[in-house]
Amino acid sequence: MSHLLDRLNFLTSVRKDIFSGGHGQTTIENRDWEDTYRARWRHDKIVRSTHGVNCTGSCSWKIYVKSGIVTWETQQTDYPRTRPDLPNHEPRGCARGASYSWYLYSANRVKTPLVRGRLMKLWREKRKTMTPVQAWAAIQSDPAARASYVKARGKGGFVRASWDEVTELTAAANAYTAKEYGPDRVFGFSPIPAMSMVSYAAGSRYLSLLGGTCMSFYDWYCDLPPASPMTWGEQTDVPESADWYNAGYLLLWGSNVPQTRTPDAHFYTEARYRGTKSAVICPDYSEAAKFADIWLNAKQGTDAALGMAFGHVILREFHLDRQVPYFEEYVRKYSDMPMLVRLEAQDGRLVPGRQLRAADLPGALGETNNPEWKTVCIDEATGDLVVPNGSIGFRWGEQGKWNLEEKAQGKDVTPRLTLILEEHRDEVAEVAFPWFGGAATNGWVSDDRGGVLMRRVPVKKVKLADGSEALVATVFDLICANYSLDRGLGSDNVARDYDADVPFTPAWAEKITGVKRDRIIQVAREFAANAEKTNGKSMIIIGAAMNHWFHMDMNYRSVINMLVFCGCVGQSGGGWAHYVGQEKLRPQTGWTALAFALDWARPPRHMNSTSAWYAHTDQWRYETVTAKEILSPTAPGGDWESLSLIDYNIRAERMGWLPSAPQLRTNPLKVGAAAKAEGIEAKDYVARELKAGRLEMSCQDPDAPENWPRNLFVWRSNLLGSSGKGHEYFLKHLLGTDHGVLGKDLGQEGRQKPAEARWHDKAPEGKLDLLVCIDFRMSTTAVYADIVLPTASWYEKDDLNTSDMHPFIHPLQAAVDPAYESKTDWEIFKAIARKFSEVAPEILGVETDVVQLPLQHDSAMEIAQPEVRDWKRGECDLIPGKTAPAYIAVERDYPNLYARFTSLGPLMEKVGNGGKGIAWDTRTEVHHLKALNGTHREGPTKGLAKIETAIDAAEVILMLAPETNGEVAVKAWSALEKATGREHAHLAEVKHDEKIRFRDIAAQPRKIISSPTWSGIESEEVCYNAGWTNVHELIPWRTLSGRQQLYQDHEWMRAFGEFFVTWRPPVDLKTITPDATKALASGEKHVVLNFITPHQKWGIHSTYSDNLLMLTLNRGGPVIWISENDARKAGIVDNDWVELFNSNGVIVARAVVSQRMKDGTTFMYHAQEKIVNTPGSQITGQRGGIHNSVTRAVVKPTHMIGGYAQQSYGFNYYGTVGANRDEFVIVRKMNSVDWLDRPATRKVEAAE
Amino acid sequence: MHNFVFGIFPYIALTVMVVGSIARYERDPFTWKSKSSQILRKRQFVLGSVLFHVGVLVIFFGHLVGLLTPIAVFDAIGISHGAKQLMAIIVGGVAGVMALVGGIILLHRRMTDPRIRAHSTLADTGILWLLMAQLVLGLGSIFVSLGHLDGHAMVDLMAWAQGIAYFQAGAAAHLAETHWIFKLHIFLGLVIFALFPFTRLVHIVSAPVRYLWRPGYQIVRSRRGARAPVIGVAPRPAPQIQPAPVRAPGLSAGNQVQPAE
Repeated sequence: MSHLLDRLNFLTSVRKDIFSGGHGQTTIENRDWEDTYRARWRHDKIVRSTHGVNCTGSCSWKIYVKSGIVTWETQQTDYPRTRPDLPNHEPRGCARGASYSWYLYSANRVKTPLVRGRLMKLWREKRKTMTPVQAWAAIQSDPAARASYVKARGKGGFVRASWDEVTELTAAANAYTAKEYGPDRVFGFSPIPAMSMVSYAAGSRYLSLLGGTCMSFYDWYCDLPPASPMTWGEQTDVPESADWYNAGYLLLWGSNVPQTRTPDAHFYTEARYRGTKSAVICPDYSEAAKFADIWLNAKQGTDAALGMAFGHVILREFHLDRQVPYFEEYVRKYSDMPMLVRLEAQDGRLVPGRQLRAADLPGALGETNNPEWKTVCIDEATGDLVVPNGSIGFRWGEQGKWNLEEKAQGKDVTPRLTLILEEHRDEVAEVAFPWFGGAATNGWVSDDRGGVLMRRVPVKKVKLADGSEALVATVFDLICANYSLDRGLGSDNVARDYDADVPFTPAWAEKITGVKRDRIIQVAREFAANAEKTNGKSMIIIGAAMNHWFHMDMNYRSVINMLVFCGCVGQSGGGWAHYVGQEKLRPQTGWTALAFALDWARPPRHMNSTSAWYAHTDQWRYETVTAKEILSPTAPGGDWESLSLIDYNIRAERMGWLPSAPQLRTNPLKVGAAAKAEGIEAKDYVARELKAGRLEMSCQDPDAPENWPRNLFVWRSNLLGSSGKGHEYFLKHLLGTDHGVLGKDLGQEGRQKPAEARWHDKAPEGKLDLLVCIDFRMSTTAVYADIVLPTASWYEKDDLNTSDMHPFIHPLQAAVDPAYESKTDWEIFKAIARKFSEVAPEILGVETDVVQLPLQHDSAMEIAQPEVRDWKRGECDLIPGKTAPAYIAVERDYPNLYARFTSLGPLMEKVGNGGKGIAWDTRTEVHHLKALNGTHREGPTKGLAKIETAIDAAEVILMLAPETNGEVAVKAWSALEKATGREHAHLAEVKHDEKIRFRDIAAQPRKIISSPTWSGIESEEVCYNAGWTNVHELIPWRTLSGRQQLYQDHEWMRAFGEFFVTWRPPVDLKTITPDATKALASGEKHVVLNFITPHQKWGIHSTYSDNLLMLTLNRGGPVIWISENDARKAGIVDNDWVELFNSNGVIVARAVVSQRMKDGTTFMYHAQEKIVNTPGSQITGQRGGIHNSVTRAVVKPTHMIGGYAQQSYGFNYYGTVGANRDEFVIVRKMNSVDWLDRPATRKVEAAE
Repeated sequence: MHNFVFGIFPYIALTVMVVGSIARYERDPFTWKSKSSQILRKRQFVLGSVLFHVGVLVIFFGHLVGLLTPIAVFDAIGISHGAKQLMAIIVGGVAGVMALVGGIILLHRRMTDPRIRAHSTLADTGILWLLMAQLVLGLGSIFVSLGHLDGHAMVDLMAWAQGIAYFQAGAAAHLAETHWIFKLHIFLGLVIFALFPFTRLVHIVSAPVRYLWRPGYQIVRSRRGARAPVIGVAPRPAPQIQPAPVRAPGLSAGNQVQPAE
């Protein structure tokens, strides 16, 4: 009753029970105060949800709701159990996720739709007298009006708007853009569907129905390692984290598991308890390093040198001096090492050329279907040339022989690995290998040995179809030569002795990496010895860190080679565990139908973002890297050196290798109408007009106003504050606002301009008409947007979530309704679509859109171009889909866009569904969806299944995907059986009746079902591990040879010297220019450091970097890390404000001076928002700069290759990647810190 | 006016103090605390806090004993008024200087450390300033006292204090000829009494003095005899999960959770 009276207990009998010899006492006193704490943790309900944040954790959480308010969250602990003898998955979760509920009611929450004030004023003014589309047209046609809001981007001045008004404005802009320039000028950027599939699909479905462009992310983030598709024809498939436990040897290479894979790190600990040995390779003393039995702190950027030395030791001790039977059998069956390579004479020496194909040989060795796509080896038993099953030629045009059985034309064969025995070889040839080690700059050890290293290789002579004779060698023998292994054939550039100063010996690697040779030898031996004893249970956990270098393929291929040499790929407990973003969208094929509106029209418009942003943010105009610098001295003849990097990209687009956005300079709706008017097929029309020069591809002139991206949606993403490499170039050219670019472009510098890309002396500034950002928090992107739409947080919407780290699918759910005026992404795009259908009919009806499609991986087009031929240069005819992109006419029903958005279209029944080269029928599933979601009773989509709510959309995904519908899984495996001629359906047969629904996963996370679109299986026997079905079910990898492709024979790969892995020092980006150094006062203390952007501890990308709970755990704002020695040199002490800059731009941050850091590097944890605790720069006078202010994307020609088996384009699968590790910055202490806390001055003009 | 300030206001101040404290204790028990800022900055704290608290405690008990002990008691044990005054001057002076020095350290710390400043409410800073002012006034009164060492002024003060304590009408009259500095000191003291419930001073009555003689290190709070739950509060956990972590020899077996072995 009364706290005070309760304490007045002087008259109560004080029975003090004493125990433990007087050390303890029992009291009788009022305990009501405890109820306060009980009430603190009391709640009305718990709802299961998760965080859609691309951390790969995909942890299921309990969200607590009290009086309609989300109060806190705790980890769910109800994951399905693992099998006996394997630790369970829980607990999953980390401090970042536990702080998420802070966002819901924080000051940084976007609460209402916001529009840039000046734009709003213009819009309302025009709308008084005009229709929406007219109003937008009027604003766009008045340059002063347009500039008034474009130049104000990033400077505040937002005003509130109603949903009705803001969706009308957006829809009018989209309609106008589609009519005026073409629907492909409407771009949308949203990453990582796996983190919230329905939310992604909302925007991409709208864009796909419109004909807009969906931009890729995985390649742009540089998380896509092109080495993976090069080797396996697979984007990236990796083991679940539980499989770490099965490893006997764990090599952590640049992956900081406890820090960045926090919920999975327990498996690492548990593996260590089990006795797994672990080596950690990273330059700094990271959190992972303390788990290590041995820590190799290689100099940053030298991973390939280390990997080559490991490979040298492994080949020497386990393949040459002693042959491990398991390894030999593995590489023979599962790699291209027995395949033959033609040696071609060039400049008076022999260089490795194309892999020998059946078509090269007399009578094509009896192969009639695709003989130019079938690789050849020698049969051990007969010594004859044979064409073993499984190469990509068997995948298309015939059935039943695309498998890894050791058979050729029905007969058993045993491919011969090496021609080293005298009776097997005809002669020994000197073969040239390119050497790049002399090109090292910026403090990497230069090892000048000339441009070419000659090594001796055993070869055989074969007679070709044209009667000539060719020298061939096996990939295995070439690899041994490439790794400089002395096989008793002589030559200077090979070694027997590990201490020899010859490339790739441990002694050589010590010189390059700084790691002691005995440690290199020890790790290599232990890694391989464990694999020998366990049949491949050696695993390499690798993060994106090594993949962010310009020559990432060298790093990754050196690692992949180790795994292949030791038979680890496809074995549980072994293999390549590459963890980056949450790219594993497990129910992918169910999702693509919904997300890209494949139920209404095919194909959708996809674009690889790296090439797009490189062109549209004009980063190409500042390119410092020339093709000559990265070209191989063994390059085949050609005009390689005269092209700049964007020229390579233009050629790639023209030959159909890479996609384009926009596609043609002319509006594709007009192209479609013109073709229709003539009554000819779109592809024929486009081919004729392109050849005649009346149509032009947009890529040739990215700065022409017709080719600008006009509208951009950014949702589920913080493009400008996180992944936008070349941030300042985005601000300058794409947005047209204040920026921090310090350098000059090629024209101003007077350097060589591109040969193919049209040069405009004055670069455009402000290409975008409209930037719409959809977010729940005021991110850096939102700050720069024209329209900010408040979206539901992760506790306010229904959605699906999966990860590569575990095999479960589980939901995001609305624990509470979207707060303030926010709506879910699904409802936002529905609202825009509805508005679009209202305003568009004024100018758009049912239109024919012509979609340009590159030569797609996993389609017959992947074997379109055995040779590189450019139609524009007269090397071949322009044949759409063969020598150029395909052009496909697609019907767009603009007035009914909304009706289509909310209905499952007819193509699922007519055409079916599929993915990764296989297709199956989906009539049953569509029928089920009609019953489950209901059907539309009237209107243009009468009778079709409804997709009204996010849960309806989730059910579409779950119903159509083999991973969540056992019946579909069985159909999918059966479809694959036709291609391979082998039985696979048993993998899913046990789950035939299982159908996972949204309410099922709301009750508990569910394990997915094995599907042929992935290379691992879900079973009670093994953990999910990539390549498992290739090894155990003999399903070929989707590569040229059908095996793990270690030799890359495309002409461009050979031109740039990357047919094999080798050591390539980081490239010199030359950004410490006079434009940058002029900011230094004479004699001012500073250091120049390599700029590295690893993932952070207190945030996931930029999320949480503005969260007060997380900010409290570190220094409360942007920081960089710097070594004690470097700090001393620059006169910096811990917590000083410092400025980092180069010709790309400027960052301000505080310095963390730490012994952890290696001299010569600075870490700036990736994506710390500049909207929190960030002062102005002394150089630019503008706030901050973010980590990407000092970077610029540089594209690599080898990533542009297409139409060539594994090197064919797929969305997020292959293409250019946004590397950023080779960058250097000047670091100096700031002598004045200006918080810019004052009213805007004329320099930074107030935006009202 | 004089009568109001020294005859009526003391009762108002004391009433506010008592009723206000009870109200605060009942309504908002979690605010009943000393609000120590030690966690924010250790430097200066120990020296300042110890000096201040020792000084203030001595002064407090000095005033309590000195003012409220009937004069007859001193007469009976043979302490002259002059000697008592001298004792008060010396003991009070030393303690006052201690408290003042400690207080200045704490005040400096509170005003200059940005973190403590950010944490301080007006009440936190204000009461410290008032206490400092009160100390200065108290020490200042010594110089007045030194002018008339016979102790009559002191006896007036005692008479007033005891008059208030015994609800004697006209107690204020005792202060009619008192020096203004004593009056100001008394008035400020009464103001501080009135402010007591609204500040951190409440921790005075909750000083954990009992810890000094409390036996044992481990306290088990029994549920027996505890009151029924307050309305609107969730039901208590069932009795079988009652925590009894330590098996005390003196407890009856019925209160124990025995493992079913």
